[in-house]
Amino acid sequence: MLDALTLTLGVAALALAGWCGFAAYRDQPTKDWHFIGMAVVTLLALAQLVVGIVRLAQGGEPDEGGVIFVAYLVGAFCAVPAAGFLSLTERTKWGSVTVAAGAVVLAVLEVRLTDIWGGTGA
Amino acid sequence: MPESAATGSAPGTADGAAAAPDRRLVKGPGLLLVWLYGVMVVGAVSRSIYQISTEFDRAPLAYALSAVAALVYAFITYSLVRGGEAARKAALVCCAGELAGVLLVGAWTLVRPEAFPDATVWSDFGMGYLFIPVILPVTGMLWLRRRR
Repeated sequence: MLDALTLTLGVAALALAGWCGFAAYRDQPTKDWHFIGMAVVTLLALAQLVVGIVRLAQGGEPDEGGVIFVAYLVGAFCAVPAAGFLSLTERTKWGSVTVAAGAVVLAVLEVRLTDIWGGTGA
Repeated sequence: MPESAATGSAPGTADGAAAAPDRRLVKGPGLLLVWLYGVMVVGAVSRSIYQISTEFDRAPLAYALSAVAALVYAFITYSLVRGGEAARKAALVCCAGELAGVLLVGAWTLVRPEAFPDATVWSDFGMGYLFIPVILPVTGMLWLRRRR
């Protein structure tokens, strides 16, 4: 079910945001453990991308259209890795802040994705 | 960013990079800034392309304004990544223009909602984007002034 995955991803993204925010609060850059966390969140986003496309292929009809739906899925998949790569170039707490911001962006995208898919659930 | 790889170039190329002061704008808080601007670019550009190509007639004014916003965001992001004094000044001017745009369009959508059948990026001072459109230019200008 797409809803369960979206909820899991949203919660995981917020947890990652909190974790990296805490690292920034302690004046630390992103470390290996943070990158493992980012990888987990990214894998979830990849799973969501695949499930979303499969649902579309099965004839599911998002309320706001398939193009927007796929665009948001791709955006959600890219958000955390992009922020992660940026944090590799900035080995200070600001790298951690950026990853936290990226995770918040992902959580917001998840909320939008549930809107876009719509309440009927096909 | 790419510059860091170029500094290790062979002697004799006479780039003079070693003596130059650090003009990078993407460092420290600047990284967060460039990330948020990057997100706005992706959001505004893809939204504009989709709306203008599929349903431009529904709200031409709103979609045209969104496209302008997308261009401004793209230019500021490019300037931040490029770095240097000229880019810093250009970005500063664009941030001021961006703030003026957000305030103007934000007020416009509140006073004359009938002119906007659909929202723009800057509608209601960027409420649909968690007010990031109105916060970003202010923090951007503060950061760019500090890097002088």
